[in-house]
Amino acid sequence: MDAELMAFLWRWLHVISGVMWIGLLWYFNFVQIPNMGKIPDDQKPAIGKVIAPAALFWFRWAAMATIVTGLILATYNGYIAEALALGLNGGGAQTTAIGLGMWMGIIMWFNVWFVIWPAQKKALGMVEVEADVKAAAARTAMLFSRTNTMLSIPMLFAMVSAQNWTY
Amino acid sequence: MKNPLESLSLTVIIGFVLVIVLVVVVQAIN
Repeated sequence: MDAELMAFLWRWLHVISGVMWIGLLWYFNFVQIPNMGKIPDDQKPAIGKVIAPAALFWFRWAAMATIVTGLILATYNGYIAEALALGLNGGGAQTTAIGLGMWMGIIMWFNVWFVIWPAQKKALGMVEVEADVKAAAARTAMLFSRTNTMLSIPMLFAMVSAQNWTY
Repeated sequence: MKNPLESLSLTVIIGFVLVIVLVVVVQAIN
């Protein structure tokens, strides 16, 4: 298969994984978290025990797929080293833009796997912990989820701008 | 004091401010 088609396929897999990741991130932040308070206590387990664990499964694995396909794509296109150095060792502003996007994505992936997921396991009762630890874990998960929502806006700007460079 | 990230609208505003910072950084390097 020729190089351009391979690059296209890796980018397509990267974008489709990223849509699932950020789509679920925004579901948590714009739909689930703000509305939990409006759900009667006896109905909360429908979210906490069924919907949230399923959403978290696709969320964390989509994050993993996005970063793996993204790193493969950057390697395949030959700009991974320059991009991770933010274009300061060559490549110019387009490389700086994709590099800033990559670093924001890497930080977000780290937050998903090493902060949000461990905290959610405690908050949703997948791991038995004491009530105060559970409440603290729920707050940590929410704050890091919000941080990722905040980062998703400039991250996507950087990623899309690098693909549509006109200046 | 309440963490600013606890407000969803503030989170979105901070996200857009980061876009402006990003444009300035990239333009400066360009």
